[in-house]
Amino acid sequence: MTEKVRDPSQDAAFKTQLVALIPHLRAFARSLTGDATAADDLAQDAMIKAWDARDSFQMGTNMKAWTFMILRNQFYSERRRSWRTNQLDQEAAERTLVAVDNPEALVALDELRQGLAMLPAEQREALILVGAGGFAYEEAAEICNCAVGTVKSRVSRARRALQAVLTDGRYDRDGAPAGDAMRSILTESERLSTAR
Amino acid sequence: MDEARLRQQAIGVKLRQMFDELVSEPVPDEFLEILRRADGAPQDDHND
Repeated sequence: MTEKVRDPSQDAAFKTQLVALIPHLRAFARSLTGDATAADDLAQDAMIKAWDARDSFQMGTNMKAWTFMILRNQFYSERRRSWRTNQLDQEAAERTLVAVDNPEALVALDELRQGLAMLPAEQREALILVGAGGFAYEEAAEICNCAVGTVKSRVSRARRALQAVLTDGRYDRDGAPAGDAMRSILTESERLSTAR
Repeated sequence: MDEARLRQQAIGVKLRQMFDELVSEPVPDEFLEILRRADGAPQDDHND
């Protein structure tokens, strides 16, 4: 095995790009974990893994997709270690719903976050990547290590499920039927689009 | 009017807004410190 000679200027360029991606890694980690502290631990681990693996990254290719893939792999390998069953999604959803009884949590969790927490993990990540992270279906497929068609169907199922949750209120919240959530989202998006 | 489509658009807008809010949160110094330590080589550039 040959040791690669390290090029300081290339390291510096890599580091600059990596630092610029930290906010995105944190956001993606938060979407996966739903917990700010766990998300930062995950994002830091992914950042270090990316740094350690910098020799295997091809400069000029999509570093955001590459780092998101590292973060996602890290998330699932930790999850496999710490959970014997795959009940996490259900439990996470229940915890989120329980947390709503806590008035402080009510401020932090809006209806969309609750809706997202109820989705199966693979649907949630697909929707976040494509619907919010700015990735093409092909890139999301690469990040999730699955077929493009699979990503498309996950995104579409996630959208339908979210809509059902937000419109029909398959869950209820104290004093505020979830149907109201859809109305407030509609109002807000109208405000946002007219503000442009 | 295609109400379902409108609702999907609304969810999309809200989803991006939620993610963008997360992205715009200030990064804790810890991240840069960890990276600096991982770098190994003692360097003079502190913050830029």
